[in-house]
Amino acid sequence: MTTTTTEELSATTLLRFATAGSVDDGKSTLVGRLLHDSKAVLTDQLEAVEQASRSRGQEAPDLALLTDGLRAEREQGITIDVAYRYFATPRRRFILADTPGHVQYTRNMVTGASTAELTVILVDARNGVVEQTRRHAAIAALLRVPHAVLAVNKMDLVGYDEKVFAAIAEEFTAYATELGVPEVTAIPISALVGDNVVEPSASMDWYGGPTVLEHLETVPVSHDLAHCHARLPVQYVIRPQTADHPDYRGYAGQIAAGTFRVGEQVTVLPSGRTTTVTGIDLLGEPVDVAWTPQSVTLLLADDIDISRGDLIVPSEDAPPTTQDVEATVCHVADAPLTVGHRVLLKHGTRTVKAIVKDIPSRLTLDDLSLHPHPGRLVANDIGRVKLRTAEPLPLDSYADSRRTGSFILIDPNDGTTLTAGMVGESFASPEPVKDAAEDDGWDF
Amino acid sequence: MTTVATIEEGTGTPYALSHLDALESEAVHIFREVAGEFERPVILFSGGKDSIVMLHLALKAFTPAPVPFSLLHVDTGHNFPEVIEYRDRAVARHNLRLHVASVQDYIDRGVLKERPDGTRNPLQTLPLTEKIQSEKFDAVFGGGRRDEEKARAKERVFSLRDEFSQWDPRRQRPELWNLYNGRHAPGEHVRVFPLSNWTELDVWQYIAREGIELPEIYFAHEREVFLRNGMWLTAGEWGGPKDGETVEKRLIRYRTVGDMSCTGAVDSDATTLDAVIAEIAASRLTERGATRADDKLSEAAMEDRKREGYF
Repeated sequence: MTTTTTEELSATTLLRFATAGSVDDGKSTLVGRLLHDSKAVLTDQLEAVEQASRSRGQEAPDLALLTDGLRAEREQGITIDVAYRYFATPRRRFILADTPGHVQYTRNMVTGASTAELTVILVDARNGVVEQTRRHAAIAALLRVPHAVLAVNKMDLVGYDEKVFAAIAEEFTAYATELGVPEVTAIPISALVGDNVVEPSASMDWYGGPTVLEHLETVPVSHDLAHCHARLPVQYVIRPQTADHPDYRGYAGQIAAGTFRVGEQVTVLPSGRTTTVTGIDLLGEPVDVAWTPQSVTLLLADDIDISRGDLIVPSEDAPPTTQDVEATVCHVADAPLTVGHRVLLKHGTRTVKAIVKDIPSRLTLDDLSLHPHPGRLVANDIGRVKLRTAEPLPLDSYADSRRTGSFILIDPNDGTTLTAGMVGESFASPEPVKDAAEDDGWDF
Repeated sequence: MTTVATIEEGTGTPYALSHLDALESEAVHIFREVAGEFERPVILFSGGKDSIVMLHLALKAFTPAPVPFSLLHVDTGHNFPEVIEYRDRAVARHNLRLHVASVQDYIDRGVLKERPDGTRNPLQTLPLTEKIQSEKFDAVFGGGRRDEEKARAKERVFSLRDEFSQWDPRRQRPELWNLYNGRHAPGEHVRVFPLSNWTELDVWQYIAREGIELPEIYFAHEREVFLRNGMWLTAGEWGGPKDGETVEKRLIRYRTVGDMSCTGAVDSDATTLDAVIAEIAASRLTERGATRADDKLSEAAMEDRKREGYF
């Protein structure tokens, strides 16, 4: 534990990451240790956990109680949702989306991974890469999480054997790379003993890499934005119409990708009108350049009709607009999604009517087999969907832009969030999927 | 790429944001999203630090235009006078409209009964929910943070409430990317938490960075307090000290500001923001653990109150 000064604390970066793995893999212990060793668990929280553990007749404090928030979960010993946890070191602030690892909770993992820049996938060194590990890798690949960490846990139970670790790391990395996961870092750990979580392990001097926390602290959080398409979904038009600002008209939004500069020529979609950026207001302060994920207000040369839901893009780098959307989706609602379903589609700041035209296939995550024309998707299903929208949308592929290549489907009747969608191809690599048509007896 | 943008020192890479900038940008995005999608939003404003930061962010989100929301204060009748003064000053300075839902009114009318322990926090739910109904607020900003308490760790940024203001953890919608879903039926409303991802330390660092003025009770001062349930409470007409409790003068400050009857002070000599931040960074207690009696009632206390419509 290092002590931190105010100065050190004030200029750190923020990393959002997600965990995947089951209680059996020691996920709660890993999360508990990260929180505990970085001082995010404080005395009163520990006391509450100790008291609750005692009242259940458990001798040792159950670290899972730190992370299971709701009574229904405590009574049933399950985790029903994504929980968000916060901790900090002198080098970085962390937001952890802690997702349960059971089969039926794919949607939670997808939710947690959607905002994550890194995912930690846990395996038990005694079992190696199992079906669930492959499922976690597939979700990380589908959601295009930039960094993956394979934490090979319980190394103490395999005699800290380098060969065991190397075999698992090799098998997982080959599989994840095939799916297009851009970067995998494998780390041998024992969450229970504390090896390589926060402190380097004395029992594994054959391992020369970083501990889990060191890796989390140093992994890059910003990308080379020079190669990103700049995108600004307009959230709100700011028009004070006051004596001080009679003619101010600014287009407010959070830059979803790339950078914008004063003087740049931009196009407003879907109208296609072009104009020039005359100013950028960064929350009241004029700047020459702004980048994702800053919330800004753009001032434009021409008084053209722009409103919430429009997308401002560089004129030389505009996405195509279309009313036919083809995407990989994860269905997150209890009621199924069926062909012919009338829905609302929210993309960026725009919500339009849409209809489900076709569900070409359902994907089984365990072996990546495709089941053609399932007719419907139920909760936690992942599949391909074709939609027709009532108005044209400027869509990027999710591979190019996680913010402007994603959308959600909403039930127009009760507002339920039905489905998470990612435009374009499922995986970064050539589709590594097997066609399971023969097993299904489908007749084409 | 020839130009290198200005970067905050310490972040190391061009185009990286400091954690405070990232949190600020996210909160502004949430405020603007609500302004774009709702008819009658309101900010819960108590004059406490979290609601002060919320108001500051809302002002920045719409500058140079005024904030397109009104404020709502649920007044327990046991407020610190310094905080009420601050509230009224803020309302006047920014030319805002303030709604007040008063617990005392409900007690005077016999609708609510004073609890034997004198604490009024649990009594806030009814005045709050009835005010939301009568004013037809459809989005209600709260300063709740996920780091505060276990039940809040699962809270959404947009949290749907039915016409009884009830929170059903199983009816909450998954939140994907930054695509918030604010759709609701007439009579329902959405509680919105722009500070969801902030920690206590982030809030204080942001206050320091932005030079935001706070009520004096957040800084060390001498005050007459007495000990109850292991907490230093302010002596006053609300119900203390009682028999066997003795008043003493101590150097204290408040980490949280709520109802006088259940908000405890901490021993402190921190008179500046830097000293407060250093104290929090070194503290071994959460802010609620150190200062809130009402969360200690049971393992599921917060969860139960949230279900009933509490913030």
